[in-house]
Amino acid sequence: MTTAAPTVPRSRWLPWHATAVFAFLYLPIAVLIIYSFNGEGVGGFPPHNLTLNWYRTLFADGPIWDSVSNSLLVALAAMLISLVLGIPAALALDRADFPGKALFRRLVLLPLILPGIITGLSLLMLFRQAGMDLSLVTIVLGHGTALISVATTEVFAGLQKLDRAQEEASLDLGANYWQTFWRVTLPNLRLPIIGAALLIFTLSMDEIAVSFFLIGRDNTLPLEIWGRLRRGITPEINAVSTIIFLFSLILIVIWYHLRVRAEKQPALGAAELVEAGTKGNE
Amino acid sequence: MFSRAYRAAVTIPPVVWVALFLLTPYALMFAYSFWSVSPAQAVVHDWNLNNYRELTVKGVYSQTLFRSMWIAARVTFLALLLGYPLAYYLSFRAGRRKDLLYQLVIIPLWVSYLVRAYAWKTILGSDGVLNTLLQFLHLTQHPLESLLYSPFAVVLTLTHIYTPFAFLPIYASLEHIPRHLVEASHDLGASPFHTFWRVIFPLSMPGVLAGATFAFVLSLGDFLAPLLLGGPSGIMISNIVVSLFGAAYNWPLGAAISLGMLLLVVGLLFMSERLEKRWSFS
Repeated sequence: MTTAAPTVPRSRWLPWHATAVFAFLYLPIAVLIIYSFNGEGVGGFPPHNLTLNWYRTLFADGPIWDSVSNSLLVALAAMLISLVLGIPAALALDRADFPGKALFRRLVLLPLILPGIITGLSLLMLFRQAGMDLSLVTIVLGHGTALISVATTEVFAGLQKLDRAQEEASLDLGANYWQTFWRVTLPNLRLPIIGAALLIFTLSMDEIAVSFFLIGRDNTLPLEIWGRLRRGITPEINAVSTIIFLFSLILIVIWYHLRVRAEKQPALGAAELVEAGTKGNE
Repeated sequence: MFSRAYRAAVTIPPVVWVALFLLTPYALMFAYSFWSVSPAQAVVHDWNLNNYRELTVKGVYSQTLFRSMWIAARVTFLALLLGYPLAYYLSFRAGRRKDLLYQLVIIPLWVSYLVRAYAWKTILGSDGVLNTLLQFLHLTQHPLESLLYSPFAVVLTLTHIYTPFAFLPIYASLEHIPRHLVEASHDLGASPFHTFWRVIFPLSMPGVLAGATFAFVLSLGDFLAPLLLGGPSGIMISNIVVSLFGAAYNWPLGAAISLGMLLLVVGLLFMSERLEKRWSFS
């Protein structure tokens, strides 16, 4: 790297360009956070009357917290479904040959890149045809199904790095497949599974396009926010978004430290996900 | 090494689930697109091509589709324009700060899509942050009304959302370029400019393709940013689908449009995969 450095184009505008892109990426987030303290509402420069009132309003706001607990519930259930199906799906793609395997791989990964409206509407038609009422259950099924792609991608990447000799040794020493799976395979996949779980959890918490079509009477947080945006906007929305952002930030930092500690290198996880979504094969 | 039972156990549950919750809904969408709605607004299972005929006869559908593709194309172009030099800077120039900067690109992804779109709304509105800032600085006397509720606002917001997605695979592909190739190019007398255009850029094409596909497809199918920021002139194809599934209550016609989008996405994925095989270095 140090020897290669002088051979690549050195131009002065690159750092400026990078600074400008970061400014563009962070401007709305900064505005969001700053105006959550703005007594005068969401607009107006400069911010006036800095206050914590919006946070007070927020903490007294029953429907918001109901929707937060709905979202947490949905995210946990979706995480469970995606992992319970995504881990075997990754094992199947890695170790089994079956008719339709290529199609299966593509179908599993498709929701990663498919606009949420298509996933949402096609499931809406399924539930309608099956005579199911829309509720948090249908949202869980939607999120769980769409996010199997994330679990499969992460676990499959983990399996590629796994040394099969350990599993072979376990089987040779008399453990059966079930014991080998629980005692050798799963512990070795601990990191990709935790990574996938955190990713699925946050993606589900934020998801709106699929939920938009599968919502019943109870709102998830993004849909509650959506409903309020249509009625007029107050910094209360900034306040709840700021809190969720800080919460996600903590999750990312945990994930990052886990991966750096285990692999001695930072993760390209998110990049792998985008690549998997567009390629459909490894 | 893995027994039949093991392979069946990891294969069957995800395959059944995917068949039920992904394949069946797409098949149902296909079927719906050939059905029709009775005057009493019940879905009638009479197989016909009327929906497709209506889509080709009425100009509004193709116009909206082209507008959506044009918006998606602009978003893709801007996301690459912002994302590529940033990825290049991080990969070749940032040195030890690289990991930190990489995380900084990822973090905005963890702020909910809806919340970031909403933040842009509070920035661009007629009494929003930008307009009041311009008046505060006495650069304008009256608010610029055209900022919000326009295709511009949609393009800006979607660019903000998809720039990190375009960045990720480009960065990954730049990171995978063996540094000795860059050195060799230099040692053989190529200028930095030539090294970039003849060595680095062609090798990063798979990443560019993946990022472009992702940005294009997801912004093409977006319906929330246009609803929130687009106004009448920013309506996109998915907004028509949403209204067909909602107030207009014509699911079969909506299904026909969704199916068209699904095929378009699958076609684009197929194309980018073919192109990538041609460009990839092996």
